[in-house]
Amino acid sequence: MSKYFQEQIETASRDEIIAIQNEKLVKQVKHVYENVPYYRAKMDEKGVRPEDIKSIDDLRKLPFLSKDDLREAYPYGLLAKPLSECVRIQSTSGTTGRRVVAFYTQHDIDLWEECCARALVAAGADKNDVVQVCYGYGLFTGGPGLNGGSHKLGSLTLPMSSGNTDRQLQFMVDLQSTVLCCTPSYAAYLAECVNERGLRDKIKLKAGIFGAEAWTEEMRHDIENALGIKAYDIYGLTEISGPGVSFECSEQEGMHINEDHFIAEIINPVTGEVLPDGEKGELVFTSLDKEAFPLLRYRTRDICVLSRKKCSCGRTHVRMAKPMGRSDDMLIVRGVNVFPSQIETVLISNGYPANYLIIVDRQKNTDSIEVQVEMTNEMFSDDLNTIHAREKKLVDALKSMLGIRANVHLVAPKTIERSEGKAKRVIDKRNLYQN
Amino acid sequence: MSMQQLSVFLENKPGALGEFAKDLSRYHINMRALSIAESRDFGIIRVIVDDPYEATRILRESGYIVQPTPVVGAEVSDEPGALLHILETLSEQNINVDYTYAFVSQKKNTAYMILRTSDIPGTEKVLGKSGVTLIGQDEIVDED
Ligand SMILES: [Zn+2]
Repeated sequence: MSKYFQEQIETASRDEIIAIQNEKLVKQVKHVYENVPYYRAKMDEKGVRPEDIKSIDDLRKLPFLSKDDLREAYPYGLLAKPLSECVRIQSTSGTTGRRVVAFYTQHDIDLWEECCARALVAAGADKNDVVQVCYGYGLFTGGPGLNGGSHKLGSLTLPMSSGNTDRQLQFMVDLQSTVLCCTPSYAAYLAECVNERGLRDKIKLKAGIFGAEAWTEEMRHDIENALGIKAYDIYGLTEISGPGVSFECSEQEGMHINEDHFIAEIINPVTGEVLPDGEKGELVFTSLDKEAFPLLRYRTRDICVLSRKKCSCGRTHVRMAKPMGRSDDMLIVRGVNVFPSQIETVLISNGYPANYLIIVDRQKNTDSIEVQVEMTNEMFSDDLNTIHAREKKLVDALKSMLGIRANVHLVAPKTIERSEGKAKRVIDKRNLYQN
Repeated sequence: MSMQQLSVFLENKPGALGEFAKDLSRYHINMRALSIAESRDFGIIRVIVDDPYEATRILRESGYIVQPTPVVGAEVSDEPGALLHILETLSEQNINVDYTYAFVSQKKNTAYMILRTSDIPGTEKVLGKSGVTLIGQDEIVDED
């Protein structure tokens, strides 16, 4: 059993990777300029010609693409191949409710599925495994992506799709699935059911690949313990291909980005300036191989950090941290980037409800941040010192997550407004003083 | 003999205590004693009521954070030094008093102390032996 699906490329030297990227980028820019009038107009507007792009060092000369561009160009405006050469679409409504339709040629599907196969091998799978895919199938990329990856690997693939937990468990037991692919929240639910129904000794799972939604290290430990598996993260987005843009290896510390297919950049979300590796900012992808829907410098709105630290798994491709928030939600407090999702993670892992309110204020030219959390029966005590100690633990945890102090204000239950969908979590009082 | 006090979380904002008192009256919960421990943003309201279990249920249902807490109720006679006697007796046995507050029964015209200590059964035993009259939950109910 090999440790890699495509060893040569996954363990290529930095020089080799850069050479591949240079060659592919030059070709890709030419392909896009010639076939996508929408992007050509953007390049013309910036005064950039395809021949100006000679290597990845010239990447920053190219204009960005955003979700707004995708909406404006919907449905065919960013298509770079005739429909006769396209074989599939995938689609997502995205977190902001805007529909994205991405097109694939057979070549595009092959490279996407190869990326997923790399992820499966990194999670310890090979052709002898039984891969239970319970991501949704259809327009959503989760099911088709991992399904395709499992086929490429030659594993027995169980195309379960999502839901119908009784059937999931029955197949898991009867067919002795070894690898589980689904969202982390569904994995947590399945783990609960497995233990409630006393099936733990009857299952043979060894690994899980969980993506498409945010999850915490605590969730990872819980799922790993409950199912007796190793749980791996996977990242992707429909705009760029689907799951498998990056994936975790045995190190479980960051996800290797498939750099032979995608160039990742981190930019300052406000200025668009490219930031050095190791700095936190918005993740931007350029797809090097996609034929039908080749996005150049697509702003994902995901905030994360890249690491080029050598990985013990032997893979040489850059690693990205789990995204820590959306650029649109970012707050800058005392010069530090703060994301509501970071605060939410800390609250949940400290036993508080995920319902909270962040209040940012400025007094005497100093920013302050306060987190209002609802008191619960579990966190309450008759002893003030006990409550203060719990409060302090939360303040300390917030400080270690955010890098700055946030005050905690405990409020009565049901006083923070709940709203369906995207809740209003932030009140920035600093804006009130601006003219 | 022990008693249950209700500890209630209340935000430190104008009108919160008044609202709480109104709710007690609305739900016909008779309050015999009240004490407040305050912090910057919130307070713990400690109350003695006739039926702590029923009151806990009702208050929680209407959205309050409530915790029943075992306490000791002791009769304090008019004699000077009665309270001192209680505190000294506990101190001799290494029982710490976390907090204490007093209330007066209208009907019996007697003063009572509520004690929250590090060892509730120990407190009951020690005080009982030293001749202090302890009260139970039933005895605070006025028969009106
Ligand atoms: Zn690795």
